[in-house]
Amino acid sequence: MSAVLVLIDHHDGVLSKGSLELLTKARELGEVSAVFCGAGIEVARPALAEYGAATVFVVEGDATDRHPVAPTVGVLAALVEAHAPAVVLVVATIEGREVAGRLAVRLGSGVITDAVGIDADLVCDQQVFGGSTLVRSRVKRGTPVIAVRPNSWPAAPSPSTPAEVTVQPAPAASDVLATVVERVREAAGDRPDLADATIVVSGGRGLGNAEGFGLVEALADRLGAAVGASRAVTDAGWYPHAAQVGQTGRTVSPSLYVAVGISGAIQHRAGMQTSKTIVVVNKDREAPLFELADFGIVGDAHTVIPALLAELDRLST
Amino acid sequence: MLLVGNIERMEPLSIVVCIKQVPDSWAEKSLRPRDLRLDRDAADAVLNELDEYAVEEALRLQESRGGETTVTVLSMGPARTAETLRKALSMGAGAAIHLVDDGLEGTDAVGTSYALAQALATVPYDMVILGSESTDARMSVVPAMLAERLGVAQLTHARKVTLDGTTVTIERVTDDGYATVRAELPAVVSVVEKINEPRYPNFKGIMAAKKRPFTTLALAEIGAEAAQLGLAGAGTEVVEATKAPARSAGDISDDDGTGGARLAAFLVAKGFVS
Ligand SMILES: Cc1cc2nc3c(=O)[nH]c(=O)nc-3n(C[C@H](O)[C@H](O)[C@H](O)COP(=O)(O)OP(=O)(O)OC[C@H]3O[C@@H](n4cnc5c(N)ncnc54)[C@H](O)[C@@H]3O)c2cc1C
Ligand SMILES: Nc1ncnc2c1ncn2[C@@H]1O[C@H](COP(=O)(O)O)[C@@H](O)[C@H]1O
Repeated sequence: MSAVLVLIDHHDGVLSKGSLELLTKARELGEVSAVFCGAGIEVARPALAEYGAATVFVVEGDATDRHPVAPTVGVLAALVEAHAPAVVLVVATIEGREVAGRLAVRLGSGVITDAVGIDADLVCDQQVFGGSTLVRSRVKRGTPVIAVRPNSWPAAPSPSTPAEVTVQPAPAASDVLATVVERVREAAGDRPDLADATIVVSGGRGLGNAEGFGLVEALADRLGAAVGASRAVTDAGWYPHAAQVGQTGRTVSPSLYVAVGISGAIQHRAGMQTSKTIVVVNKDREAPLFELADFGIVGDAHTVIPALLAELDRLST
Repeated sequence: MLLVGNIERMEPLSIVVCIKQVPDSWAEKSLRPRDLRLDRDAADAVLNELDEYAVEEALRLQESRGGETTVTVLSMGPARTAETLRKALSMGAGAAIHLVDDGLEGTDAVGTSYALAQALATVPYDMVILGSESTDARMSVVPAMLAERLGVAQLTHARKVTLDGTTVTIERVTDDGYATVRAELPAVVSVVEKINEPRYPNFKGIMAAKKRPFTTLALAEIGAEAAQLGLAGAGTEVVEATKAPARSAGDISDDDGTGGARLAAFLVAKGFVS
């Protein structure tokens, strides 16, 4: 059975939900070779075994952390050369997408980004033009490189006892030209990460101010959801930029997306349009986001959300 | 925001901005039944929104650097892409290069980065600035691919660019915040919309644009291998495209005082509340 190379996306060894989904899919496609860069392998080991990795390539040193994208590409390219996998899978994060793109250039391969499905012949499903068109495409040159959108299928464990292989990165001089001086986390507290969340509650300018935005945070916490925001909110500094959903923010496709006081500009829709169920609360019936809503309340967020929270409390007692 | 320091060491720079013409984002997009490619003739074509921010950043850099610093815009695309290049000239770019050739039709992102890299071999550059994403392809990969091809520093997804002499520092947007990333020129930079507020071309700019150098390049002039370009040279192929079923109309109602309670009932019925 040929190998499937999976680049693991994680925070200090805690695998993202996207990584678990990739491992699940990779088991259907071949023998799973996970590639782990950065610190935290001790934390990651149990999850890699639980989700069925046959081999774990543990990349030594901090080159892949100190220099964005390029050294990781070097590691993957060397592994492709040595092991001729059937396909390379990465999670379609900001960094993952760029790794996929550069790797395809280095290997002379084709690359597919934002796959939401992959069949046994490596034909990928993609949703384009805001989900209005479904495309099936495949890589026709070289080792296929595929960046997969999180939340595209469920993750399921299938325990294994992985063999661990250490890898010494040997980045080229041109791979270490850009250096990370500092990393700053802006995402708030213990809430789930946007990309991983099953439920996202997002707020817009209609909340009025940072205190008003607190209603969105309260609802998110009640539902165990991630908090999202429109650009109007991140520009105003009511919530960190990392939470921006949309064309130039994060693209999410949770089971439930609740939008409060967001008008639904095309740039916002680009990031949430493929959510499975969409709920909209807006005081203007003409707000374009209602066009996408499965359930909508035309009303003032400052009365509707507190009433919703009170009702949820009442139902749970 | 752009900050420039260290006045003594301010050598003039050559900045090239890669811009793309895309269908208007509000227009309905569809694939041509014939070859499953984006029907570009059906929609109005505009300058990719984020590329306006890239042009703006280059102009601010030029203004603060002063002297001989140049801004050239480069675009690959069919004949009507010339309009988009003119728009960037009217914003204030000093020269335009249009890469146009029948052999480019159907080129994918890998091929686009190859063609742009070949074209960049014909112009000196210290910094190449791009948008971080095109609204039609939405792949967000061309800037990283271009850095790979050129073998220069990749400083992408910048929400802030600071230039000090020949050292460039950016705030790179990450999935949970940002990273401060630094490199020496030359570099490939891509920008997100938080970076600045693009200017509108004024009448003077529109008139001046008509007199600016405008170079048209064909594939033979940049020494690009045709086999890596066009539909035949693409690394991927679309095997099937179907229209997604239209979303069924939602249940939208006015808040008559029961809105919150009805919303709670909806969430419970759908199993979203535990
Ligand atoms: C290059 C570019 C990239 C962009 N990228 C993004 C992006 O990634 N993400 C993004 O979100 N935007 C993006 N934008 C901005 C986008 O165009 C919109 O400006 C933005 O999404 C508007 O945010 P909003 O819906 O919160 O604000 P508004 O459009 O001002 O809407 C506020 C809404 O709140 C409603 N409202 C007001 N008061 C209340 C109340 N009391 N209760 C209930 N509802 C109320 C109003 O009816 C209105 O519909 C981008 C723009 C550009 C040019
Ligand atoms: N045909 C093109 N000509 C010039 N620049 C391009 C072209 N295609 C993409 N780009 C640049 O690459 C950026 C990212 O595009 P993409 O990777 O397609 O999302 C765009 O914002 C442009 O700056």
